[in-house]
Amino acid sequence: MKRHGLITRVWHWLNAAALIVLFMSGLNISNAHRYLYWGNYGFDPADAWTSVMRFPGWATLPQRYDLAAARDWHSLAAWVFAVALLVMWIVSVANQHFWRDLRTSMKDWSPRAIAQEIKAHLAGKFDEPERKYNTLQRITYGIVLGIFLPMMVFTGLAISPGFEPAAPWMVDALGGRQSARSLHFIFAWALFAFFAVHIVMVLLSGPIGQIKQMITGGQREVTEND
Amino acid sequence: MTDIKRRSLLAGIAALGTGACAKIAGSETGQNLFDTAEDWHRSAQRALAGRQRLAPEYSPEDRSPDFKGNGSLTVDTPQYRAELTNGFANWRLQVGGLVEAPLSLSMDELRALPQRTQITRHDCVEGWSAIGEWTGPQLSDLLDQARVRPEANFIVFRCADTLYGRDYYESVDMVDAYHPQTIIAHLLNGEQIPEKNGAPLRMRIERQLGYKHAKYLTGIEAVASLDDIGDGRGGFWEDFGNYQWYAGI
Repeated sequence: MKRHGLITRVWHWLNAAALIVLFMSGLNISNAHRYLYWGNYGFDPADAWTSVMRFPGWATLPQRYDLAAARDWHSLAAWVFAVALLVMWIVSVANQHFWRDLRTSMKDWSPRAIAQEIKAHLAGKFDEPERKYNTLQRITYGIVLGIFLPMMVFTGLAISPGFEPAAPWMVDALGGRQSARSLHFIFAWALFAFFAVHIVMVLLSGPIGQIKQMITGGQREVTEND
Repeated sequence: MTDIKRRSLLAGIAALGTGACAKIAGSETGQNLFDTAEDWHRSAQRALAGRQRLAPEYSPEDRSPDFKGNGSLTVDTPQYRAELTNGFANWRLQVGGLVEAPLSLSMDELRALPQRTQITRHDCVEGWSAIGEWTGPQLSDLLDQARVRPEANFIVFRCADTLYGRDYYESVDMVDAYHPQTIIAHLLNGEQIPEKNGAPLRMRIERQLGYKHAKYLTGIEAVASLDDIGDGRGGFWEDFGNYQWYAGI
């Protein structure tokens, strides 16, 4: 049995490419108005709950400030990202990948279990022989797949004036248009934080083998119970 | 690896990536991809929201304390200054192009038409939003009065202002032209529209971003194609900055 299914692998790399384009073009778009607000309206920096830095050219797509070009990239990659996420979710539910490999139980969430997991992580022990993913991985992947990524889609739709008439409740549920815009920004950085930790964990757990497995699928060690 | 080496490697990879991106964006295939994505967004939004579904309307207490002015903040001509001081008594709105009965309307004639008042949110492409109450006749009324010919596919808005030495203009398709909230506003929050917001007339295209809402409106023109207007991309920012013609995203 392969460690990573074909759909998982294709989605992983497609999603990675789309997210890089979305994030970097998003930083360019952010430079157009660096203030974030709560509620429905907001244009006066005095009303902003925060102002964010002007992102330097090397971090943005394109590298010069160009709102129109950044929006072209953002709108294109948004399709790849949202459709791939939807397909991945449908397949993961249908073939029980999520239920089998990423579900957590009540006992996983007990402070003691989490403390034990963190201790094991700090000692460099990531693998749990009887499970494909350890508890911290299950919790993290669950939150990223179930909350962070979908929230990028929902907040993105909510700040589109052409989509809003189809589902005005979505904008209301997110606290108004400027709140949705703030949340879009916050979840983008939450994903960046995940990305940073993810890269560190891959580097600590044999990066060549990990990357190879995410490309070829790899082999899953077969245990007696499998 | 030393820090410097690693950094230059990372910078190299980043440059490779962004270099490739610049190449894609500059190519014809790249531009076609962007245009296709934009078309899909428009089709998806139209399919989900329908032709007539309204943008949300707010109550008076939801209005923002001020309404930000952006882009052109005035029209820099002696005629406009004169109009501004005499309350736009001589301002006229022309309705022409592919119509059976061209119109030329004074401000009083526009005020005498059936009016629609709507408190809506204005979203700028830069990211900010303001909320205000707009009043004016529906564009559909004027188009019906002028009897638009069947070969017309777009409505072009002509403006008095210029930016970077070019005339400002905008355009929408017939779906947005006949949308109930598409009005020719002459009041903002119950008073004559302020100079910075487009006095005396400003289009409201409520399901699209702010740059579609043409200010200092002088003319409305029904056309079959946008190719021969400006640089052919359908609006000032579309021509000048390569902005998306469909601004629903």
